[in-house]
Amino acid sequence: MDFRLNDEQEQIREMVHDLCLERVEPRAPEIDESGEFPWDIKELFARHDILAIPFTPEYGGVSGSALTLIIAVEEISKFCVTSSLILSVQSLGSLPIWLAGSDAQKRRYLPPLARGEQLAAYALTEPGSGSDAGGMRTRAIKHGDTYVINGSKTFITGGSVADTLVVFARTDQDGDTPARNISAFIVEKTMPGFKVGKLEKKLGIRGSPTAQLFFEDLAVPAANRLGNEGEGFKLAMRVLDHSRPGIAAQALGIAEGAFDLARRYARDRRQFGKPIAEFQGIQFMLADMATQIEAARALTYAAGDALDRHLSEISVSSSMAKLFASDTAMRVTTDAVQILGGYGYLRDFPAERMMRDAKITQIYEGTNEIQRFVIAREVLTEKA
Amino acid sequence: MDLSLSPEQQEIRQLVRDFAEREVKPRAAAIDHTDEFPRDLIAKAAQLGLLGMLVPEAYGGAGLDHVAFAIFVEEVARYSASTAGILDVHGSVGTEPIVLFGDDEQKRRWLPDLANGKTIAAFALTEPEAGSDAAHLKTTAARLDGGYVLNGSKIFITNAGEAKRYLVMATMNPASGADGITAFVVGGDNPGLRVGPKFKKMGLNGSAIAEVHLENCTVDEPDRLGEEGQGFKIAMRALDSGRIGISAQAVGLAQGALDDAVAYAKERKQFGKPIAELQTIQNKIADMTVKVRAARWMTWKAAALCDAGQPFTKDASMAKLFATDAAMDITLDALQVFGGYGYLEDYPMARRVRDAKACQIYEGTNQVQRAVIARELMPA
Repeated sequence: MDFRLNDEQEQIREMVHDLCLERVEPRAPEIDESGEFPWDIKELFARHDILAIPFTPEYGGVSGSALTLIIAVEEISKFCVTSSLILSVQSLGSLPIWLAGSDAQKRRYLPPLARGEQLAAYALTEPGSGSDAGGMRTRAIKHGDTYVINGSKTFITGGSVADTLVVFARTDQDGDTPARNISAFIVEKTMPGFKVGKLEKKLGIRGSPTAQLFFEDLAVPAANRLGNEGEGFKLAMRVLDHSRPGIAAQALGIAEGAFDLARRYARDRRQFGKPIAEFQGIQFMLADMATQIEAARALTYAAGDALDRHLSEISVSSSMAKLFASDTAMRVTTDAVQILGGYGYLRDFPAERMMRDAKITQIYEGTNEIQRFVIAREVLTEKA
Repeated sequence: MDLSLSPEQQEIRQLVRDFAEREVKPRAAAIDHTDEFPRDLIAKAAQLGLLGMLVPEAYGGAGLDHVAFAIFVEEVARYSASTAGILDVHGSVGTEPIVLFGDDEQKRRWLPDLANGKTIAAFALTEPEAGSDAAHLKTTAARLDGGYVLNGSKIFITNAGEAKRYLVMATMNPASGADGITAFVVGGDNPGLRVGPKFKKMGLNGSAIAEVHLENCTVDEPDRLGEEGQGFKIAMRALDSGRIGISAQAVGLAQGALDDAVAYAKERKQFGKPIAELQTIQNKIADMTVKVRAARWMTWKAAALCDAGQPFTKDASMAKLFATDAAMDITLDALQVFGGYGYLEDYPMARRVRDAKACQIYEGTNQVQRAVIARELMPA
């Protein structure tokens, strides 16, 4: 049993850390304030091959290891969660292609994503189907060699800036067969009939565009279908197994960033003639925060290790990591604001932003209620 | 990173799991009800070579690592936390300091019988007025011709009365605090060592916990472990790795409670269906599962760091804090899943709640763990 990272992972952690400390941290408050997508950070990540981390060298990437991606997302999230989403969504949007694409589809679409010339997005959620993804209404109807897609998607992270999107749509004809008969398609933003609706105003992750998407008689070549017709729902669930540890990594990074801030502040801030870090009330809060973070880290890295070793239990280990790490991020950021006191509540310090950003990790890629459901189903149905 | 168990660790897990299911499970309720020390189980564990897990093969032990030790304690604790506690104290804080700090002569003298179970070990640090503040213990050691004489009282000593080897911490200079403390190995048959009556406790019934009085107790020079003044360091090192054992005990308690809750939820029908189909029960089961998994990883991580010769004080304290708090939460939740039946002593749920409480207290209260963690996070 060996909990140490390998040399590649240590190097990537150090590189990402140093780069983010110098270039991303100073930008984080502006990105939050303006709510604009940070194209400069995207270029920075592309130039340093950070966007190539989710991809294997065969398709122009530099790694492809789930754990290595977790490390990179964690490091970026310590400084700016919005920026970490550029990498996370690059991975999320390309995962369906990676998992279900033909070699030709991979060769065509993955290298530009790995180089960071193009951005990816993942379009599953609809206004009427969130946690219950099987109830989607977007429809793809086959006409000869093309599918014509009509419908809309909502809450699509990066949907307004993406070049390549994987869109899930029903391919059944009568429209009332849940979960089955959903298929996945690679859609390019230049295809006629692709429209971006309004961008949402959000509590946090404000520089990460959350878009509504509309498809109006959007014609997609049949060659862009991922896998067979009707395999889309299964694919969507497999993607989530792979992407949830990434949300756990984000949450872990947020919690660590907030903890470091609170610890620094507690050692500097003097009240009653000594640093507040010398009061047991503060010490024990910090000890609990650090312990929760260690537990979250253990589950998150274990999920990454399980993915990299292709263990059969990845679904439940991914859900456990996502659930625990995101709940930890919420608790730790709330405590960090508390340790900073009145200053923590001000926009002048990053604590309140971290707390706002933490909230989304309990919600997206399956709410934590869905994670509990996934875990309970696994535990209550095995060893019957 | 490779979080798989080695073939040897998997083998130990299977061996101990079989032992625990076959021998410990059927005895667990009776051990709790009678509060009798389970000598039969300890003897059976000894036959399987489980009493000398951390003792090198050269001294008759199994020479296994701390991950294997944690697995061993967890598997026993799934059914009987008190039996696990007896074995843990013996193998960890009772024996390991001799492995780490003894000279070759001492190792040859003591370790083989500790490893084969002829001798049970105990660890005597805590005193009535020196609990968390162990550096201010009052038991004295004065130099005599060729040895020492010990005087004082120890309290909360696990395995007291059953043990034949007591690792006793005493001060040679109360004014110098931690620097005055020296460690001694005292035989259970030493006429100067007297064990008080077994305490009646909330839980961990079956494990013998009592006062140990040292009354003009003389020991020879070769019975001193380490150098004079090294005792506090020896005790702290023992507790660091002892905390891995307590974490494992808590993980076992929690896993056992979870397993029973899952089985019961699938069986128990209300409103025309198994309560496992109710979302509120599912949520409890999910949260319990996540916590026990996180606690196990933290325990194994501290153990793996210890085995790799890396610093592990902070990780051991975090594992102890997290795992024992998790065990308390999980045993209470599991009892709740059983409803009224959980409150009855006919089922193991109430026993686990009583046992879990001890884990939050001994080998350093969880408040002490937080202080250790805070110190590690913010060195002066």
